[in-house]
Amino acid sequence: MAIVGYLIRRLLTGAIVVWVVATVTFFLFFARPVQTVARQLAGRAATPQVINEVINNLGLNDSIMTQYWHFLDNLLHGNLGFSYFTGVTVDQMLKQDLPPTVSLVLGATVLWLVFGLSVGIISATRARSVFDRVASVGVLVGLSMPTFVVGELLVGFVFQPLYSGGFHWINTGYAGITSGIGPFVGHMLLPWITLATVQAAIYTRLSRGQLLETLGEDYIRTARAKGLSERRVVFRHAVRAALTPVVSQLGVDIGQLLGGVVVVEQVFGLGGIGQTSIQAVGNDNLPVIIGFVIIAAVFVVLANIIVDLVYAALDPRVRIT
Amino acid sequence: MSILEEAGFDAQQAADNLESARSVQGRTQLQLTWRRLRNDPVSMIALAVIILMVIAAIAAPAVAALTHHAVDTAYPDTGEDASGNPVGPGVAGFLLGTDSTGRDLLVRVLYGARISLFVGVVSTLIAIVLGVSIGLIAGYFGGIIDTILARFTDAVLAFPFILLAIALATVFGPSLTLIMVLITFFSWAGIARIVRGQALSLKEKEYIEAARSLGAGPFRIMFIDILPNLLAPVLVVGTLLIPAAIVFESTLSFLGLGIQAPTPSWGNMLSDASNFYQVAWWYVVFPALFLLITTLAFNLLGDGIRDAMDPRTERLIAARRLRRRGKRKARAVTVQAQQPGK
Repeated sequence: MAIVGYLIRRLLTGAIVVWVVATVTFFLFFARPVQTVARQLAGRAATPQVINEVINNLGLNDSIMTQYWHFLDNLLHGNLGFSYFTGVTVDQMLKQDLPPTVSLVLGATVLWLVFGLSVGIISATRARSVFDRVASVGVLVGLSMPTFVVGELLVGFVFQPLYSGGFHWINTGYAGITSGIGPFVGHMLLPWITLATVQAAIYTRLSRGQLLETLGEDYIRTARAKGLSERRVVFRHAVRAALTPVVSQLGVDIGQLLGGVVVVEQVFGLGGIGQTSIQAVGNDNLPVIIGFVIIAAVFVVLANIIVDLVYAALDPRVRIT
Repeated sequence: MSILEEAGFDAQQAADNLESARSVQGRTQLQLTWRRLRNDPVSMIALAVIILMVIAAIAAPAVAALTHHAVDTAYPDTGEDASGNPVGPGVAGFLLGTDSTGRDLLVRVLYGARISLFVGVVSTLIAIVLGVSIGLIAGYFGGIIDTILARFTDAVLAFPFILLAIALATVFGPSLTLIMVLITFFSWAGIARIVRGQALSLKEKEYIEAARSLGAGPFRIMFIDILPNLLAPVLVVGTLLIPAAIVFESTLSFLGLGIQAPTPSWGNMLSDASNFYQVAWWYVVFPALFLLITTLAFNLLGDGIRDAMDPRTERLIAARRLRRRGKRKARAVTVQAQQPGK
């Protein structure tokens, strides 16, 4: 089976990528003196002995290579270490922080794909109509909006007035899906919109451009000439071909998406892995940072494999080898 | 007297003709682009907005002098109301109101423009120089250099930039230099990729072969013969990179990883403003508006340049004109056709 071999090869190269990312992060943080962590841990009025003891306990006095070896050994056993400050295992923190992040990413992705693609398709099939013009202005405004500005404006001019007006369904913070679908959506709606806005604009523009180009191809004329309905021409013949670059764009975007995730979690106080990693960076919590970076890298690698598979399924010319 | 001159051939004239033809050809692409761009009202408005923004940024100290409001000075007596909240636009000589500590918002927003424009333009320029050089070398020499570059650009494009930004900001401490290094690091790869692709196809052209047969070295060919043909696509990417850089800077500053208070930047002002939604809408709205207008103007201009460079645009405009004329004619015909029956 070609696909099994392909998957094995992709997973192996993916593992190498994750290892490189983890190693780079690990060594990057050794540019920072260990004193700061120990001093914070030992309290304000710490004597040098106490600080040294803390450093020894954390194993920060070993040579870099010894520490790196420990780190790799633990990593292979699926052990990501403990948070320096709370003593909670990083695995546990991940378990706690993943649900908000995953719901944010999945919901926003669905929202922007549905919105971006449908607006793009309508714009392309009715090029130069009023809808198309309004949409392309909207696309440019969306493209120019930094994610955090969208979030700030939504909090300031949608959430706050509604909340103080006694409408409490739309809320900030995170409510798990276990607390009911209503509260879940209410809490996630604004974050989804925030994360999806910029991306929806990119995908509208991309799908419109691609579809316009595809609709000009000879085989579309052939399809029309043999009497297919316009709906069938657009959806079966044109959209499928036009979607392939959109899917490959998705692969590139997933890495960049994390930036948006950090911002959105910060603005809405969702407490996902983005927010936690910013906090961890703030107090030099090395195991937590590395844990989150590894998870992010795994996520990016897996997403890219899925995207490539979808790509192959969409475009019959692409073969998995 | 040569036989040519006898036949009325003026060597000087011919040389002049050749010279002028050559000089026209050398600029054709950019000239054509500019001509098309000039006829596009949206691009011209965007350009005007950008120029105004640059002037405003340069004039920020002058505005500060005119309003007698220094950028980092709080004015608790005039700039805050009785309960210590910011005052609104137009109150007590504060055209855009004041911020959380009673500083003049207008002056601070203009100083923020200096940082945003500086970061956007300078880091884009550095990224262009880097990206063009690396892309040219990879595309021209090919082989192992090209493979290494391709893998490296892939890695850069796939790396979650925010993670590196966060990590570096904590290791080295947030600073303007760090922001610019980060932006450059994540921008050059895209340019290098485009330049490489173009260089790959251009180096097979006959005129490059001609240059080589005249004894031109690889660097002469790359920078004198190939580079001018790449200016147009690089110009478009550059114009679109500037707003991206501005957004990146403001996002980092918003997260507290970029420009640090009290130095004003649109990002850190918005971060501070988030605590004052209910009492001071202007504190959120004006920095956001300046940021949005600036990025929108650059995006519009970049789009305009891209359209203007596309030879298909000329045809599109012509086609639209034709269709309009056709419609008018058709209408005239129907009107005429209806009249006799009246």
